[in-house]
Amino acid sequence: MDHFPGTHWGKPRNDNIDAYGTYPLHAHQPRTDAFADGVQRTQQPVVTGASVLALKYKDGIMMAADNLASYGSLARFKDIQRASGDMADFQQLKHILDTLLIEQFVQDDGHKFGPTEIYEYLSRLMYGRRSKMDPLWNSLLVGGFKDGKSFLGYVDLLGTTYSAPTLRNWVWRYIAQPLLRKSVEGREDTLTEEEAVKILEGCMKVLFYRDARSLNKYQIAAVTEKGIWISDSRSVETEWAFAEGIRGYGAQTQ
Amino acid sequence: MNSGYDLSSSTYSPDGRIFQVEYANKAVENSGTAIGLRVKDGVVLALEKLVHSKLLVPGTNRRIQTVDRHIGIATAGLLADGRHLASRAFDESLNYRETYRSEPPLSAIAERLGLYVQAYTLYSSVRPFGISAILGAVDKDGPALYVVEPSGIYYGYNGAAVGKGRQLAKTELEKLKLSELTTREAVFEAARIMHLVHDDSKDKEFELELSWIGAETNGLHLPVPKDLFEEADKKGRDALDADMED
Repeated sequence: MDHFPGTHWGKPRNDNIDAYGTYPLHAHQPRTDAFADGVQRTQQPVVTGASVLALKYKDGIMMAADNLASYGSLARFKDIQRASGDMADFQQLKHILDTLLIEQFVQDDGHKFGPTEIYEYLSRLMYGRRSKMDPLWNSLLVGGFKDGKSFLGYVDLLGTTYSAPTLRNWVWRYIAQPLLRKSVEGREDTLTEEEAVKILEGCMKVLFYRDARSLNKYQIAAVTEKGIWISDSRSVETEWAFAEGIRGYGAQTQ
Repeated sequence: MNSGYDLSSSTYSPDGRIFQVEYANKAVENSGTAIGLRVKDGVVLALEKLVHSKLLVPGTNRRIQTVDRHIGIATAGLLADGRHLASRAFDESLNYRETYRSEPPLSAIAERLGLYVQAYTLYSSVRPFGISAILGAVDKDGPALYVVEPSGIYYGYNGAAVGKGRQLAKTELEKLKLSELTTREAVFEAARIMHLVHDDSKDKEFELELSWIGAETNGLHLPVPKDLFEEADKKGRDALDADMED
């Protein structure tokens, strides 16, 4: 008979881990390390999201992300909200963060996580997972506003972190960063909301022109004193007439 | 008197009773009253926290706790048992989220807590919980209210009362048209009932605890905000004074 509610009750006995029902069970669960099943092949992201941009402006932080989730080079899902790296890992991240926030809500002790605390937690989580050779395949931009101060931070699947007035994510998408730097750096405290939207629209347009893993359908989010605002999906005017004159790519014969 | 049949909850008396569970109910009956109202668009929990010493910091030892964003629990009985059960309810709620990746309905949490509490009536090595817990939530099916008793039994209610003043509180709850009240109106009724059932001659001081879940809280379980609390508290007290003069 089992007389130990705190350690056993409600937890099924697991013969795989503990064939002899040792006491207390939870203290004897062996940790499995990264090499328990032999060395695994390098993992890779499957369904991925691409461009995410963020910048600081007068009232806070503004971010933009398109609605595409790609399966390799196939534009697989075209109405996804906020993508960055592997979509499944991103959903897992959202779940972990949600759990953390519920724990905090239930405590009901008057403390609240600000953007810096969330960012620190995420960076430790990302670094912890890469150290287990099991990274969450995302790069994250964390933007927030608390106590009159805006915050913008970057963390990726290696646990690398940095802060800057403008950020864009993912390894080879260097296209938008120079544009953002040129139009934002040094003007973070004077940029208005309209100007910030214009800059992001410009960047999303260039990204759509030059990045084959992007979609001309995106959302903009602003984090200010008033809270978080996320726009509906929108798109920018594009001009493709020039493409007619281009020769030398693809299947043309002349 | 009970000839040894009350020493363990794993022993029945010859007439089929489990005395340890009945004693646990006594522990609940000695506690300050807790009530729950399930109304049109939300749930209100209210509690009479008896203050046994003037030296205590006001607002400590709260007996209404939050289990999940949308679930609250009010316990009558042993304070520590209430904390333990709330902590277990929180674990169950997270476990439900891990498994089903969605917000747990209160029925699922009440069922799991019922099973957990019942397990403590089966063994000689443990004692039953000395609490009755009122669980309130607004979930996907709307407002919900459950009471889990020391035996592990649990029922759904429109209005529930446990603890010292439960008889009077139940009579008052029965007079209300609960399905027609708004959550805000229910806050006032709850405060009024708590003042009414408080026995001034036996217990001197008490702190009122009020929490609500509804449209006005965006479906979150939150303490009633200060201004509304004070208004409801004052109205409840005034109603009692008016009653006395009659």
